[in-house]
Amino acid sequence: MQNGFTRGIGGRIVLRLDDLERHILTDLVTQLATLVAPEPADPDADPLARLVDIDTEAERPDDPVLLRLFPDAYADDEAASEDFRRFTERSLREGKSSNAATVLDALARSGSKVVLTADQAGAWLGSLNDLRLVMAGRLGLDEDNHDQFLALPDDHPARGVYLAYDWLTFLQETLIQAITGTSLWPEDVGEPDPGPAP
Amino acid sequence: MRAVGIAPVELERADADAVTETERPWITLVWNDPVNLMSYVTYVFMDYFGYDRTHAEKLMLDVHRKGRAVVSTGTREEMERDVTAMHTYGLWATLQKDD
Repeated sequence: MQNGFTRGIGGRIVLRLDDLERHILTDLVTQLATLVAPEPADPDADPLARLVDIDTEAERPDDPVLLRLFPDAYADDEAASEDFRRFTERSLREGKSSNAATVLDALARSGSKVVLTADQAGAWLGSLNDLRLVMAGRLGLDEDNHDQFLALPDDHPARGVYLAYDWLTFLQETLIQAITGTSLWPEDVGEPDPGPAP
Repeated sequence: MRAVGIAPVELERADADAVTETERPWITLVWNDPVNLMSYVTYVFMDYFGYDRTHAEKLMLDVHRKGRAVVSTGTREEMERDVTAMHTYGLWATLQKDD
């Protein structure tokens, strides 16, 4: 039976993981860290630009998954979006990298029980969300095609990715509940709570 | 989480549209996507904007049902800050002049 996050004594956030779950999570977050890592600073770049985190090389990504993580800020102004990207993408990448590093650090020094402070839990929440965005993008998941992935044969690679995605959804939902102390799932929406992964 | 070193800098120079620029407020839009959980979107609106649950949930449902919602209004610089924050949380957000 899978466990989600719970709120422990003193507001600590607790997650129990078996070895396989810890291995899967470590593997996925390691891949996320690689994907969001900022480019190494160009030694020839304008030192002032480097000092204030401006990335003069930042360009709109071709990869739709990266574009989802680092979206255009202006829906109707390409030039403004490019300017904005040069000023913000590096720090956005650094924030997501830092979150992933926090998750990996906690996983590396935990056994079957992961205990997080409120700050660490915030980093986990961000990384779980980033990871779900990436996996859904790679799978081509939308609101109506989940059943197609569940119907795949057991040995189909996309089925495994989907099941991992579904588990991360469960983890994220329980983490929100553990952080806020309540379920924020709207009561009057006729859609089921995501509930535990199968 | 790392503190942002510097806010995005406004590069536009004053031009013929300057008067219009200052009179028309800017808005931050959050767009629907098939991945972000309804509870997470509500959480982000409460956590970042400080909205109460009722307001945050109403905005979240607008995003979910209408495809997008205006989540904040202000100067261009303020909206750039809000859009950056939404991207940090992983929400899909854009800013534009209010029509």
